[in-house]
Amino acid sequence: MNKRFFAWFAVVSLVLAGAVSYFADSDPDGLDHVTEQHGIAEHAREHPLAGSPLADYAVGGDDRFTGLAGVLGVVATLALAGGLFWLLRKRSDVR
Amino acid sequence: MSDPVAMHMSDGLLDAPTSLLFVAVAVVGVGVALAKARGDLDDRTAPLAGLVAAFVFATQMLNFPVLPGVSGHLLGGALAAILVGPWVGALCVTIVLVVQSLFFADGGVTALGANITNMALIGTAVGYLTAVALRKLATRNKGGLAAVAFVSALVNTVLASFGFVLEYAIGGQGGVAFGTVAAAVLGVHVLIGIGEGVITAVTVTAVASARPDLVYLLRGVPQKLELKA
Repeated sequence: MNKRFFAWFAVVSLVLAGAVSYFADSDPDGLDHVTEQHGIAEHAREHPLAGSPLADYAVGGDDRFTGLAGVLGVVATLALAGGLFWLLRKRSDVR
Repeated sequence: MSDPVAMHMSDGLLDAPTSLLFVAVAVVGVGVALAKARGDLDDRTAPLAGLVAAFVFATQMLNFPVLPGVSGHLLGGALAAILVGPWVGALCVTIVLVVQSLFFADGGVTALGANITNMALIGTAVGYLTAVALRKLATRNKGGLAAVAFVSALVNTVLASFGFVLEYAIGGQGGVAFGTVAAAVLGVHVLIGIGEGVITAVTVTAVASARPDLVYLLRGVPQKLELKA
């Protein structure tokens, strides 16, 4: 029961990031829109990692691979968060 | 997703002292969350918490239209707090923001402190406090839980965006008046908050239908109550 529920949760995340992400609205989000509208965004500096392989959820700058970038992001987040939380958890044998 | 502008605050929008101030705020806040999270994590909840972080990452990629030429996306604080508690929830959103900034060049590196403060600390805290204030309604039935998730997520989005307004007032570049920034940011984030509310309500209700025992906000509630339509 537990395993099946967790597996579903993971599959839903992978499908959202790997496939549904192609249908995301590419317009600037609320914060970017406001900073652009009021000239605040002119002060933005380029991201120091802008040239990295997965920058802007593409692979090597090619956003046909947004889904792949998304899947890698889900896996990386799951590994980092899951690892941290597993280490932090109260061990059942401690009680 | 091909837009060159990152989804979160970029580097350079705040001056250096203000960026540093919010790095300090974020370090303290995340430190407290790390210390407190331990009490909420065990063999049952730790895997869920990892999955919640991954889910928030995935949904943050899904910008939805809110106005012509303007999109919005989930922040996830209320969603994470309702499912795994405020401390673990704040860590989930923090990890998402760190992965986005360092792997996907989304959200500035010097702005990470401010972005964590807004989305992981403020968003999660106010989303959780709203949900707790309405807990009676949430434990009544599925509709009540959905309504509470919706309202908590809306409050989370609006107040997280107000974090940016405050940071901009303290040390923003470009000298735009407080009232102008506040009105523009809050106006659009009420609309984004409605989308955030819908996604949060659907997700929380889905998890509560499958595993009410895992939902942090419903701890201590007899499961049969939750199975009513």
